[in-house]
Amino acid sequence: MAKLSSWTRRMVIGAAGAALALGVAAGGTLPAAAQSKTDFKVCWSIYVGWMPWGYIADSGLMKKWADKYGITVDIVQINDYVESINQYTAGTYDGCSMTNMDALSIPAGGGVDTTALIVGDFSNGNDAVILKDKTALADIAGQSVNLVELSVSHYLLARALDSVGLAEKDITVVNTSDADMIAAYSTSDVSAVVTWNPLVSAILEQPGATKVFDSSAIPGEIIDAMMVNTETLAANPDFGKALAGAWYEAMTIMSADDEAGRAARTAMATASGTDLAGFDAQLASTKMYYDPAEAVAFVGGEDIVKSMDYVRNFLFDHGILGEGAPSADFVGIAFPGEKILGDANNVKLRFDPAFMAEAAAGTL
Amino acid sequence: MRIINQFPTRRSRLILGVVPFAAIAVIYALASRIRLEANPADRLLPAFSSMFDTFVRLATEPDRRSGDIVLWTDTLASLSRLGLGLGIAAAIALVLGIMIGFVPKFRATLAPLVGAMSLIPPLAILPILFIVFGLDELSKVALIVIGITPVMTRDLASRVADIPEEQIVKAQTLGASSWAMTLRVVLPQTLPRLVASLRLALGPAWLFLIAAEAIAATDGLGYRIFLVRRYLAMDVILPYVAWITLLAWLSDLALREFAARAFPWSKSGGGL
Repeated sequence: MAKLSSWTRRMVIGAAGAALALGVAAGGTLPAAAQSKTDFKVCWSIYVGWMPWGYIADSGLMKKWADKYGITVDIVQINDYVESINQYTAGTYDGCSMTNMDALSIPAGGGVDTTALIVGDFSNGNDAVILKDKTALADIAGQSVNLVELSVSHYLLARALDSVGLAEKDITVVNTSDADMIAAYSTSDVSAVVTWNPLVSAILEQPGATKVFDSSAIPGEIIDAMMVNTETLAANPDFGKALAGAWYEAMTIMSADDEAGRAARTAMATASGTDLAGFDAQLASTKMYYDPAEAVAFVGGEDIVKSMDYVRNFLFDHGILGEGAPSADFVGIAFPGEKILGDANNVKLRFDPAFMAEAAAGTL
Repeated sequence: MRIINQFPTRRSRLILGVVPFAAIAVIYALASRIRLEANPADRLLPAFSSMFDTFVRLATEPDRRSGDIVLWTDTLASLSRLGLGLGIAAAIALVLGIMIGFVPKFRATLAPLVGAMSLIPPLAILPILFIVFGLDELSKVALIVIGITPVMTRDLASRVADIPEEQIVKAQTLGASSWAMTLRVVLPQTLPRLVASLRLALGPAWLFLIAAEAIAATDGLGYRIFLVRRYLAMDVILPYVAWITLLAWLSDLALREFAARAFPWSKSGGGL
């Protein structure tokens, strides 16, 4: 370097120094590992089973319960569902609302140990396969099917095809953004779609649309939960208690058929762009666990193990568990009572009913 | 000495040019290393080695589901959409540009329309395109064409209008018809500009291609990126971005070489 001008030398040295500093800084934005802290952030996105989170934030329930445990919990709504999960996985949030399938594929598959803190509901008709001008599921053979590829819609389609002895090779999957699903259905190219509510109700209003399969045929397989970082939860049990306390108080309010219940549901309906009747219709195709004891029983049962087995095999078959995954057993899933599916040394997704049980026992 | 008069030597120039790239690589490698040490399964910043392995796998092994070799089917699909879009846009822009730039009556009729069209943000009319053209190939090519044609047309029209009046007068004195002047005076001077204009349109064309593929598709480079985004597979996304950059750079280089060979007299072809 002796022959280089001082400018060039300074540039090289300066850039090397800056690069080192920036690299360390960028790598350092890790989720604060297992430390006790008092300020938490959780995120959620619009979906019928998660609307209570918005209500909990706006009505002051969250503040009430956080104050009780001497912490703060910031509830942030994110417009893009996948982005909210990615943000959680990257460590920006301590918890996020998502489905069992996405929790297994994105954070758990990405090595972020995740716990299903509150199992809020399962889809009981909210996700559906819709055909245009055809009325039987078997008619789907040979068609192009528009759906958000690799989402729960894709999973529902795989299960639907199974039920009539078809396979994915009998159809063509066209990846279509959920934001464009209703517009897509109205074009002449599109003859079959798989999507979720409120899109399902909007599409069924269009001429020729028939719902040929929905998630009520596979109850308990598409589960919606508040997923939180396991290490954060272990180091800060108060965080879990505050969330569970606020959630089940909101459940009690919204499930009641009185003035307050209707007001709560109306607020959630408005936030999701519909009215009370529309929101109630969506709730009807959602199995809400208003009572924490029911959720505890569901999480401790045998069916959820069977569901997760379907889900992980679907993910593995589609290469979603990551390229390092040699089999569907790669990521371990833990259930209450020491039950484990897959690799016991690599458990990254846990169904833990402890906080819901406390809510059921009224000890929060 | 004033800074504008200090010229780096050839070697210094090379080193200075490499420094920013090297700095970015170091920043990335360090950050990735730190994250991977904390969590070996981290997907956000994969190591260079795992990105390389993934890229090789995508380029050589057939996909588990479709049996296609993903990288090549995606590249072929995207490049054919891009090529078709650029070709159609170039043809329309050339014809319209010459008409608007050369024939006053056409200019009066079409220039305001093209001017207005060039101001419509193409992504804003994407939902309309899907409804009008359907969700298959046509709408993707149409988005590229609609996105880049108006700007290219305006560019070419102004280039045609800039042709020195003396040349036109001279050609007319020699008895040339409007058609003969179009072919012999205007076209040769417009073609090099068309290539330059295409080169400038490459960036926007890629943007519209990726946007269209993200919304509804069964293959393509943009499709793959938005598909694997669903499970945060940065080991696929980052190499794909590098691959797209390489393809864009190569197509730019090819157009530049083409212009330098086909129109050696022109200043607007070669150069940058």
